[in-house]
Amino acid sequence: MNELGVSGPLCAITAGWQEREGELEELCSHVGCEVIDLELYQRADGLFRADQKLVEEHRSRQEKLIRLQRLYRIRLHYALEAVRALNREESAPQPSLLRSERQAALNAVRALDRRHLRRVVKVHQQNPELRLRNSHVRNELEEIITASQAVLVAGGHIATLLNRIRLFDLKDLISQRPVIAWSAGAMAMSEHILLFHDCPPQGAGDAELLETGLGLVEGVVPLPNARSRLLLDDRERVGRLARRMKPMVCATLEQGSLLHWRQSRLLAARRSWRLTSDGKVRPIQPAD
Amino acid sequence: MNPLLEQLKHIKEKDGEKALDAFFENHHFPIVEEDGVTFVYRGEADEVHLQHWIYGLPSSQRFQALDADKDLWHLHLELPKGSRIEYKFNVVKDGEGRWIEDPLNDLKAFDPFGANSVCRAYGYTPPAWTQPDPDARPGVIDDISLPSKVFGAERRFKLYLPARYRKTRRYPLLIVHDGTDYLRYASLKTVLDNLIHRLEIPAMVVALTHSPDRLAEYAADPRHADHLAQELVPYLEKRLPLIGRPEARGLMGASFGAVASLHAAWAHQNTFGRLLLQSGSFAFSDIGQNWRGPVFDPVVQFMNRFRKDPGRPSRKIFITCGIYESLIYENRSLVPLLQESGLMQVRYREARDGHNWENWRDRLRDALSWLFPGPLWMIYE
Repeated sequence: MNELGVSGPLCAITAGWQEREGELEELCSHVGCEVIDLELYQRADGLFRADQKLVEEHRSRQEKLIRLQRLYRIRLHYALEAVRALNREESAPQPSLLRSERQAALNAVRALDRRHLRRVVKVHQQNPELRLRNSHVRNELEEIITASQAVLVAGGHIATLLNRIRLFDLKDLISQRPVIAWSAGAMAMSEHILLFHDCPPQGAGDAELLETGLGLVEGVVPLPNARSRLLLDDRERVGRLARRMKPMVCATLEQGSLLHWRQSRLLAARRSWRLTSDGKVRPIQPAD
Repeated sequence: MNPLLEQLKHIKEKDGEKALDAFFENHHFPIVEEDGVTFVYRGEADEVHLQHWIYGLPSSQRFQALDADKDLWHLHLELPKGSRIEYKFNVVKDGEGRWIEDPLNDLKAFDPFGANSVCRAYGYTPPAWTQPDPDARPGVIDDISLPSKVFGAERRFKLYLPARYRKTRRYPLLIVHDGTDYLRYASLKTVLDNLIHRLEIPAMVVALTHSPDRLAEYAADPRHADHLAQELVPYLEKRLPLIGRPEARGLMGASFGAVASLHAAWAHQNTFGRLLLQSGSFAFSDIGQNWRGPVFDPVVQFMNRFRKDPGRPSRKIFITCGIYESLIYENRSLVPLLQESGLMQVRYREARDGHNWENWRDRLRDALSWLFPGPLWMIYE
């Protein structure tokens, strides 16, 4: 906040906290000023209660997205299995043959990712009525945001968070103010939402794209809590993810991490590391 | 002979008791190696035996004296990697045997009957999620009592409410047989706190039941099944913000508690959509009599009926059993029976462990996260 020259008042989006939305005591004492929650989660609930048609359209879209994600996940599993299998192959003899197959396998994953994002975007575009651009609720939100020096976007459930921001069509409003976003909030500000965990209790831990984010920050895939979620010492996994997301930079976010953009320029970076194609992690520099 | 034993023998013969004290101070026992474990007992005795509960091995294994004075004893046991066993020593002196915990080993496991020494073979480490995590927000446990018409008496149980519990949210319900023992001996509260904190299972409400007569009530007693399905579940769903659908209701238990879980779910089908059965006492008789004793008679009757007509007790069933348990045969044979119907998703896990609480504890992450997948992929805080 000091670096941004922001002292308050602030508004916050905590829809990712779902039923805990608006429990701001800890946040207020941390930032030391008044914070008004936009209450997107509760406002959406209120709208859903009052408008059965909206509920049905919303449910129908969510069902489509869930199904799409499941189908993508099935294909992704096999595409990544091919990458892993080729990585286990011995290079010699004729290493160039293998190199070329490995690259093709990774390209197939990248193509699948891109296709999935396109299909998700299409589903969103098919349901423009779900955006409540002209509702009185949105006007209230606009007033609060305009009166705030900055917008805080907290973490939590990434799909819920994005969904509520989209529902009230807040991207343009948010982008006119300094935004301080963390965890899922930071993910929502980026172009692509990557879900990731290398060691889940069930399944292979294949990172998957969920959808496009708001795109206020370009060229970066934020990875919150990367140290507990990713095997950062596993060079094959790290390198594979970095190459898969290229030219985007996979950036770790931990407690104390900071990446500060103005317009499209990265002004400052602290305690954030980028995943590199050779499987290492390197501190992010503003020049990145 | 193990080089440490050679050293021990040498010190005993050449350097005396003080040096021996120092040696014991500086070494861990039993001695764990890749191929097995060497147990050591120090003290005068006529005989020393290892008493363990590994089905398939003679339950009493005799030590050999390391020296002529018969006050140092040793026994090597082949133990596959990743094994964990509980044991005692039977020290025989003047014709009288005394069962004791291993004086050279601080690792102990507890159960309602007392404590045993614990041997962690090569490759076994207690999972991190079974240990208290200062970052994990703790849930709370309340004592509740419920008037039961079925039993004609008050039934007491404990209720676990997760951290950040909110009445505005809806929660899955898990009912745990022998819940108090799971808390005491299988670190259930720590495990729930940790798995919820790690988002590996959803925040859930857990009813921890306790029977005053478990061997009777858990042995496929229809009163118990009715009590759970017709009294406890409605009681909780009326008072708490629970999802209230079969896929968000789970039943679990170990040993007889697993029988009670399976029986209740079978007797009230489409009520409990999730089952965790740990080392179930699923005794049955294809032919002839039950050899496990009269306590098992009602269990055998139920299991024989169940095996003829499994129905669909639940939609997802997770079964675990220790390879070193006598019940391994019954548990293994239950799996294809459930799978054959094609009506249920069944997952089965074995571990190189015995019929004990820490075995059941160590399987909880795998089981609960499969039965109740958490929001791990979606929540980033």
